[in-house]
Amino acid sequence: MKILVSVKRVIDYNVKVRVKSDNTAVDLTNVKMSMNPFCEIAVEEAIRLKEKGIATEVVVVSVGTKSCQETLRTALALGADRAIQVDTEDGLDSLGVAKLLAKVAQNEAADLIIMGKQSIDSDNNQTGQMVAALLDYPQATFASDVVIENGEAQVTREIDGGLQTLSITLPAVVTTDLRLNEPRFASLPNIMKAKRKPLEVITPADLGIDVGSNVSVIAVAPPAERAGGVKVGSVAELVDKLKNEAKVVS
Amino acid sequence: MPEYKAPLRDIKFVTEEVLDFPGHYAKLPGAEEATPDMVSAILEEGAKFAERVLSPLNRVGDQQGCQFKDGVVTTPDGFKEAYQQYVEGGWPSLSHPEDMGGQGLPDSLGMMVTEMIATSNWSWGMYPGLSHGAMNTIELHGTDEQKQTYLTKLVSGEWTGTMCLTEPHCGTDLGMLKTKAEPQDDGSYAITGTKIFISAGEHDMADNIVHIVLARLPDAPAGTKGISLFIVPKHNVDASGEIADRNQVSCGSIEHKMGIHGNATCVMNFDGAKAFLIGEANRGLNCMFTFMNTARIGTALQGLAHAEWALQNSVAYAKDRLQMRALSGAKSPEKPADSIMVHPDVRRMLLTQKAFAEGGRALIHYCSMLVDTTKKGTADEKAEADELMSLLTPIAKAFLTETGFESANQGLQVFGGHGFIAEWGMEQNVRDCRISMLYEGTTGIQALDLLGRKVLMTQGATLRRFTKIIHKFCKEHKGNKRLKPYMTALDKLNSEWGDVTLKIGMKAMRNKEEVGAASVDYLMFSGYVVLAYFWARMAAVAQTKLDEGTDEVAFYTAKLQTATFYYERILPRTRAHADAMLSGADNLLAMDEDSFVFLNA
Ligand SMILES: Cc1cc2nc3c(=O)[nH]c(=O)nc-3n(C[C@H](O)[C@H](O)[C@H](O)COP(=O)(O)OP(=O)(O)OC[C@H]3O[C@@H](n4cnc5c(N)ncnc54)[C@H](O)[C@@H]3O)c2cc1C
Repeated sequence: MKILVSVKRVIDYNVKVRVKSDNTAVDLTNVKMSMNPFCEIAVEEAIRLKEKGIATEVVVVSVGTKSCQETLRTALALGADRAIQVDTEDGLDSLGVAKLLAKVAQNEAADLIIMGKQSIDSDNNQTGQMVAALLDYPQATFASDVVIENGEAQVTREIDGGLQTLSITLPAVVTTDLRLNEPRFASLPNIMKAKRKPLEVITPADLGIDVGSNVSVIAVAPPAERAGGVKVGSVAELVDKLKNEAKVVS
Repeated sequence: MPEYKAPLRDIKFVTEEVLDFPGHYAKLPGAEEATPDMVSAILEEGAKFAERVLSPLNRVGDQQGCQFKDGVVTTPDGFKEAYQQYVEGGWPSLSHPEDMGGQGLPDSLGMMVTEMIATSNWSWGMYPGLSHGAMNTIELHGTDEQKQTYLTKLVSGEWTGTMCLTEPHCGTDLGMLKTKAEPQDDGSYAITGTKIFISAGEHDMADNIVHIVLARLPDAPAGTKGISLFIVPKHNVDASGEIADRNQVSCGSIEHKMGIHGNATCVMNFDGAKAFLIGEANRGLNCMFTFMNTARIGTALQGLAHAEWALQNSVAYAKDRLQMRALSGAKSPEKPADSIMVHPDVRRMLLTQKAFAEGGRALIHYCSMLVDTTKKGTADEKAEADELMSLLTPIAKAFLTETGFESANQGLQVFGGHGFIAEWGMEQNVRDCRISMLYEGTTGIQALDLLGRKVLMTQGATLRRFTKIIHKFCKEHKGNKRLKPYMTALDKLNSEWGDVTLKIGMKAMRNKEEVGAASVDYLMFSGYVVLAYFWARMAAVAQTKLDEGTDEVAFYTAKLQTATFYYERILPRTRAHADAMLSGADNLLAMDEDSFVFLNA
């Protein structure tokens, strides 16, 4: 069984995000970038399936500029077998990315596509679903447990108010939730080995895909700053303010 | 909650932009793998381990400490698991030879990872740190068999190591040591004696411990020329390399101490323990000296570690803590008070920490680059690197630990009374740092080594090797108007370094005591000059980047501002040291021993 895992290079989750002064985008100059945490979980799940002897090959793919090769190397250091960079400008919309990933999955004849449920930069939560739709594959999103048996995937999903278990036939798309696993750290020897693992660079043209965008970002704004607090003189005043100013009690 | 974030940007600035490690690695035999992308992949993974695994254990280690019961030492919760993870990650093997199972990467790359480990949790870092020392000893002086048996297990991290030098009656003066080694019929030795203060001497983190022990053969000459070096495993090792029965070495107790509670400081009793000679008989101290420089740079790193830790945490606190108003009027009128960041004196404390941490980083990684060259350079390069290392080692060890301690102390002071309270971690940082000025040779001993052995005994040749480098650097950069203030001051101080050396040398010819009397002031003076050189180099790089146009204006501007702070507010300390060191030995030696205290007896 071959697994394709998509990984995205995003602003590190520890970084305090700043918006560019012209409100067009998040300021990425010289900030630390890392693998999207949900993608890390996807890579981990694929490697575990390989370690269990269920998967035979784990291929990682990333869509973006040359710098995402670093993220691919990280995935290779964690245990993926080979990597593909689809070389594009940054800032494709989800559908563009989904089209490219779907085509790669088809070319690779992947039996299982594992993706993060969303990326922590744009928080769209739609690429996995789009890939499944484009390929007409079954999908199981927000996975917190994955069991592969007899050409099927049993996926436990985290849904509002509980868990749902689906059985889907392969090939299929699974997107990961936070509790699926805890990703490992790469070991030093594997970091060094990663350098010698194959990393192929292809273009959207090679895939015959037009990534023209349907979405344009109009503005990006930081959350409103928290206004300073005030000291209230009495419980009565507090209740009054909660009622009439904050309008949180009636 | 105190926190540590790996300063990857600053490590990159120092190693790539100031010291040109990529150029260094391109020429260094065996460093082919250490390409910039590989280096940054390794550093990022090392940073994760330091930040997420080790940093949260720093306080646990302090609070729980090590426990001792019936000869068994239990390390604080999480230490063992973190070590397991470290071993699984392959980190112990980083800079050790490939035929021993190592990754064969340069020592200097190991130092970058070690910096992060050291800063996030010094007590934990000492366990692998001591193994590193034991590995270097066996690597340099062990037989092939010893390497196969012990080194491979240390490189993999399955076993850890120690260095057993100190005895109850001798720490500095190892010539007096008494531990005996009796030759046995099978070619091994039986070691009997007591060692004290042995870091990581006993613990529960690994299956076996390889002690490197200094002891005396029966017919050995007295003093330092009669000391030999031995391997003593905690568990004997059978012919197939597996752990066999327990050797006659045991931990008698552990010390209750001021800091580094997470690291076991052990009394080790050797009762006829089976031992194997390393290197030649009676040449033990010489064997030790060959790697002593590296070990001392490891302790110098401790100074940097506590300074960096203090800086990160005190800056975060200072930005948050609202207290009083700026003297020139409120800076944040909407708030009940200004943050203490507005007060010049708080800034003085923060900048002192920044100047020592970032300056220290440059010195440490410069030294580790020299270590690479002493191992892998051409004959000429080796000779030069050896000479520079011999000069810079005592300076780095003593100066960076003294200034590291000052920084840790300033970090605490920024917190006001809260600095004294345990939960902020600042008092732990001060306590943990304090040992760095003691072990691996006290500040006083480093100072004697510098002035006596390294400088005066070579008639100043070793010193000139370095002052020439500084002089050349100043000349090259004097033309740049913006850098001129630094260069002029540095060049002047650099020649003064030579002048005071000459003066002390003259005095010493009349009275040997002058050397000891001047030594610590001389060392501190030297340290301030050395750091001034690195601040000038950093300023030069920052200025170039700003002139060329960069999107990191704040980062490089801060370098220039810190350099200016260092030159204008720290360097004046050299005046006091120069006056003191030239004031003569008499003001120290004149007083009668009985006049130091008068008690109402
Ligand atoms: C926590 C801890 C961990 C340690 N870990 C280890 C370890 O792993 N292995 C190991 O072997 N040892 C270890 N040590 C021992 C340490 O290296 C010694 O304590 C240190 O070298 C100083 O020796 P001493 O304590 O005997 O002091 P002394 O040598 O008695 O020195 C006392 C004072 O006299 C000064 N002095 C001595 N001689 C001179 C001189 N000639 N000129 C000027 N001043 C002088 C010293 O600077 C010092 O201020 C450790 C110690 C501690 C506290």
